[in-house]
Amino acid sequence: MTSVLCRHFGLKHIEIAEDIASDTFLKASEHWAINGIPDNPTAWLYTVAKNKTKDYFRHISVFESQIKEAIKPNEIEGGQNFEFSTENISDSQLAMIFAVCNPSNSTEAQICLALQILCGFSVEEIANAFLAKAETIKKRLHRARTNLRDDNFQINPLGEMEIRGRLDTVLKTLYLLFNEGYFSKTANQLIRKDLCSEAIRLTLVLTENTFTNTPDTNALLALMCFQSSRLQARTNDSGEAILFDQQDKSLWDKTLIGKGNYYLVNACHGNEVSKYHLEAGIAYWHTSSTDENKWKHILELYNQLVLTEYSPVTALNRTFAYAKVHGHEKAIIEAVNLQLTDNSAYHGLLGYLYTTIDLEVAISHYQQAVQLTKSRSEKQTLTKELNRLKEKNR
Amino acid sequence: MKEFALIFRLKDIADFKPSPEQMQERMNWLAGIAAQNKLVDKGNTLLPIPGSAKTVKPGNVVTDGPYTEIKEFISGYIVVSTENIDEAVEIAKANPIFDQVGGNIEVREVLKRD
Repeated sequence: MTSVLCRHFGLKHIEIAEDIASDTFLKASEHWAINGIPDNPTAWLYTVAKNKTKDYFRHISVFESQIKEAIKPNEIEGGQNFEFSTENISDSQLAMIFAVCNPSNSTEAQICLALQILCGFSVEEIANAFLAKAETIKKRLHRARTNLRDDNFQINPLGEMEIRGRLDTVLKTLYLLFNEGYFSKTANQLIRKDLCSEAIRLTLVLTENTFTNTPDTNALLALMCFQSSRLQARTNDSGEAILFDQQDKSLWDKTLIGKGNYYLVNACHGNEVSKYHLEAGIAYWHTSSTDENKWKHILELYNQLVLTEYSPVTALNRTFAYAKVHGHEKAIIEAVNLQLTDNSAYHGLLGYLYTTIDLEVAISHYQQAVQLTKSRSEKQTLTKELNRLKEKNR
Repeated sequence: MKEFALIFRLKDIADFKPSPEQMQERMNWLAGIAAQNKLVDKGNTLLPIPGSAKTVKPGNVVTDGPYTEIKEFISGYIVVSTENIDEAVEIAKANPIFDQVGGNIEVREVLKRD
């Protein structure tokens, strides 16, 4: 799915387009959950959206004649006032993300909404990004939309205070957008470069605006650059994942690494250390260094990161770094402590750690990982390793 | 889930400044708790050095530091969230100070004042 859908409708009917788009996605999430994802999801969405637009204009003629007065204040004007000066947010899509990140909703709900309406995420993808259940997300989205409607939602130019106040949520949205592209789970594709480049483009716009060009924004952009530099090396020709150790380092994009360094330096103003700083630091060590203490530095950063904000992914990655520094045996104790037993990556990690210690335990963990993963490409990679171990165990 | 404060006590003021390696080990321990999503509050260090520590007693008596009468002194605390006190004790047992410098950790359930 692309994030273009909203822009496709143009600026004239932005609020209407947004409603139609969100309805389309909602329909998609319902329809796809039952019937599976169609061969060409983008085309499917466009067709549904087009039909919905036609329906809308049919309804509007009734509206115009009968209840125009009632809807006028919050439906028609919003579209006409849609203009942004360069001092505000110049990019139309970014402006919408800022508009959706309305503090009348909780931060999480704002992000869900932005991901769904503007980045074209399915409920499933949002659930993945938040490591939550699809049902929870659906409810959260529904509540958020009702809230916005009650709040007389309008896309008006925002002032400096509003932009600054909403920046954190916007950064988080862009971060999740990038991650979904980089670690794509739902579309049976390992990486979706379109999402990655869209996230980078939007973050870049943020660095061009005086209000939003903060250390955090730069740190996030540095992180995206470092990660993207490895995009080419992360999958083989048939789209399978290539593990870090086996990547062809000559495929790493030096220009992007250089850009990452540049933004990381820019990010180092003031005393604030955000999670983007820490993650960019980790990505820096991954990308740039053959230093023998590399993993020590990485572990240190993961330690700080997990203290700043817990997430299962961070906890698992930290344990991997821990294994690199302190060995597999000690890391197994740390890993088991995490108790993320319904997480495929948890079993993947334990499988990896046990490979050198107890093949049978390793195999059983890899089997559980294969069962739990929803991503086809991840399943392929895990199965490959599983078969290799079974061969060895014979 | 219940919350427990882990209160660290050291024996010797000289142990208060850990080496970088000791610091790293302590950090690993703390991050290990956070990685299990059991760290409620990463707490703070309580400085025991002159000028940073006084004890106020009845009759406007103020003495330097906490260490005139007791040998041990509190060096800091964290708060963890666990199923029960045994689990909190297990976490405390893994603290590297026992290997590094000695001292003890008091585990106390937190009763919220609200």
